[in-house]
Amino acid sequence: MDIQALHDVVHNSRDARRQQTFPKLSPAERDTLIKKFHPDHREAAYRSVAFGPNEGDLTVRELASVLEGDSVVPGDLSLTPHYEADVLVVGGGGAGCAAALHAHAQGAKVLLATKLRLGDSNSVMAQGGMQIAVAPDDSPVQHFLDTLKGGHMKNDHELLKTMVEEGPSIAKWLLELGVLFDRDDDGNLHVKKGGGSTKARLLTCSDYTGLEIMRVLKDEVLNQKIQLLEFAAAVELLSDEQGACAGAVFQDLDNKRFLVAAAKTVILATGGIGRLHIQGFPTSNHYGATGDGLALAYRIGAPLVQIDTFQYHPSGGVYPEQLVGQLVTEGIRSEGGHLVNGRGERFVNELDTRDVVSSSIIRECEEGRGVRMPTGRVGVWLDTPLLEAEHGEGTLDKHFPAMVRQYARYGVDIRKDPVLIYPTLHYQNGGVKIDVNGETSVKNLFVAGETSGGLHGRNRLMGNSLLDLMVFGKRSGLTVAERVKTMTHGRLTLNHLQRFRTEAKQHRVTNQVTSPVVLPAYTEQP
Amino acid sequence: MTSSFDTEKAVSREEALQPQMVTVEIAGKSFRVPAGITLMKALWYTGHEVTRGAGCLGGFCGACATYYRTKDDPKVKTCLGCSHAVEDGMSFSFAPAFPARKATYDLNALENPKQDLFTLYPEAPLCRNCNACTEACPQQIDVREGVWKAVFGDFKAVSETFMDCVMCGMCVPVCIADIAPNLVGVYASRAYGVREMKKPPGLFDRIQAIADGQYADDWERILKMSDDELQQTSATIKS
Ligand SMILES: Cc1cc2nc3c(=O)[nH]c(=O)nc-3n(C[C@H](O)[C@H](O)[C@H](O)COP(=O)(O)OP(=O)(O)OC[C@H]3O[C@@H](n4cnc5c(N)ncnc54)[C@H](O)[C@@H]3O)c2cc1C
Ligand code: SF4
Ligand code: SF4
Ligand code: FES
Repeated sequence: MDIQALHDVVHNSRDARRQQTFPKLSPAERDTLIKKFHPDHREAAYRSVAFGPNEGDLTVRELASVLEGDSVVPGDLSLTPHYEADVLVVGGGGAGCAAALHAHAQGAKVLLATKLRLGDSNSVMAQGGMQIAVAPDDSPVQHFLDTLKGGHMKNDHELLKTMVEEGPSIAKWLLELGVLFDRDDDGNLHVKKGGGSTKARLLTCSDYTGLEIMRVLKDEVLNQKIQLLEFAAAVELLSDEQGACAGAVFQDLDNKRFLVAAAKTVILATGGIGRLHIQGFPTSNHYGATGDGLALAYRIGAPLVQIDTFQYHPSGGVYPEQLVGQLVTEGIRSEGGHLVNGRGERFVNELDTRDVVSSSIIRECEEGRGVRMPTGRVGVWLDTPLLEAEHGEGTLDKHFPAMVRQYARYGVDIRKDPVLIYPTLHYQNGGVKIDVNGETSVKNLFVAGETSGGLHGRNRLMGNSLLDLMVFGKRSGLTVAERVKTMTHGRLTLNHLQRFRTEAKQHRVTNQVTSPVVLPAYTEQP
Repeated sequence: MTSSFDTEKAVSREEALQPQMVTVEIAGKSFRVPAGITLMKALWYTGHEVTRGAGCLGGFCGACATYYRTKDDPKVKTCLGCSHAVEDGMSFSFAPAFPARKATYDLNALENPKQDLFTLYPEAPLCRNCNACTEACPQQIDVREGVWKAVFGDFKAVSETFMDCVMCGMCVPVCIADIAPNLVGVYASRAYGVREMKKPPGLFDRIQAIADGQYADDWERILKMSDDELQQTSATIKS
């Protein structure tokens, strides 16, 4: 197959497309499109959870199995602690680092334990930016309304208001740590417009926003000499005799030994779920995004919310094969890049919300207007050379160096040729139910970041996650630091696990998988 | 569903169907793997359990620093194993963690960050210009230049030079002066942000406005609305 001929369809239609404007869909049109094509509406992919705090609730099959799964921890494990801390933070991404730094700054003794290396996470990959209402024509209220609209009005109002109002102070905190957000000539923070937002509100560090934030937070965690435990996967939480959370059991990934950490409070910040490959989708997520926090919180009795909705990012790589599922930054569309089907036509307003854009791409492909590659995969074009045509040569090098490099590695020059994309599993919209301080229904168990739920409703607005991490990482960190001052350690038990195992038996759950999953099973077995 | 990702296998059906196989050497052992897959997938494909040496799988975290050599070429190069494709006759090994020394500091308490560089990283000015760090960098950063700029106190330039740095650490073991250029880079860019960059006035105005309750009326109006009213309000705001 001649790939150049496929590219030519895009090159030849470019000038005509530049004259066109494409209206956004009305609320009714959006609903119809989403109901028909969004993966959240594929009934066959869903089932109800058999038992536990969310008994009877619908979720995707992959997650249901993980929630009903059994622990690797034997009921009679010796619970003599190897580690003791006031605050145990599980997960070394953005939410975990923010929580650890804030709790430590208030004098709490923090243990930060993470599955891979500190910082190996989804956070480090965020390219698009962080939404904070700092521009003069913008306001936290506007940010609230945009997010609500993006989330189909299903967002938790209290959590959302907290997030948007604390946004500017988070920007200040990060600047004080040395994060280099892009600036305007007058010294003010430069803001870009993101999909689904009425105002330019994205703070960026070129297209390395997450990397820059994580480089700085990691460096600061090390500077503060916060106790670190790497390559340790949390595999079970611990409860005290009153049922409050009192620590966690880890498995050392190098030697498989169990490690017991006693803590007055636990903050789970284990991130997302992409590596469970829900509905067979490829994913943009990091190696350890296996929904571990959901399983851990569920077993100790914390209810989850909105676990039936996931975000499929419109632009996942399709070709070359090495980039399948990897994120192609939304920035290209924010800056005016068109989505083009196999016939050289636009088919959606590129700045509509992610669920709308993803659904429309799936529609094009299912109705035969997609582009099929020699590898057998199907997608639509993202017209990257258009940005060079619109804003001048060198635009992509200047504003999207990471993406230019991402494709150049495989011999694709995005300045000259468009790239093929298809939705990729990107974000877990729901998660563990929390209050404004990040606390769950289980006492002393806090959740921050992507593992938590409620804030984003049924569709997260781009750039809101980085802010979510920082705000609720901070709030949970500050809350626990205050609380531990007047607390003693509880007696460590696995009572909740015993209860959970009894319930599983009562519900005759068979073929229980082991959860949390910890790492995807990619290794070919003999 | 048009996508098909075999969740149990690293290598998708599409890749496995590709007729072409190539021979690669992984840490000295020879294997046949499908042409064009990444070095990371080659590890999984050949039955290796991967715990260390994998992080983001997207070229951002630097966990997968790898040494490789192509057929008949004596030159050992570096890459990010998650974002580099196999070639026939290639030989590669994932790099072990290197015990570099990180200085600790309080950026606000430093007397003069440009001078303090020489106490925190006294080896930095001893750069002998060999350029090995630049050659070792899989992100094509001019690492040597970055180190010099730090030494000369041009921290702004350092921050620009190292913006692409994924902290893979490949520039560290090659340095004949025992410098960890990436750590010098982080220090200098943070110091630039904290100590030199102008504070954005608009941000502080906004923080003040929130503290002064400037949005209180709007909040009251909005939070009283029923879901229907809210929906209408959100729908009518223009983008
Ligand atoms: C490619 C990509 C691009 C994105 N771009 C943006 C963007 O531009 N703007 C935006 O706002 N959002 C973006 N997002 C979303 C956002 O980055 C994530 O939602 C967010 O970083 C999640 O942060 P977190 O701290 O909750 O989890 P993570 O950053 O994923 O960190 C979770 C940590 O927990 C560890 N962990 C997991 N399980 C265990 C366990 N059992 N035991 C111990 N540790 C464990 C992991 O190893 C990891 O270190 C993007 C996401 C991806 C994947
Ligand atoms: S500068 Fe060093 S640590 Fe940074 S990407 Fe290059 S080789 Fe890796
Ligand atoms: S490797 Fe070390 S000595 Fe050589 S140029 Fe780089 S910093 Fe200087
Ligand atoms: S795994 Fe993160 S850069 Fe390769």
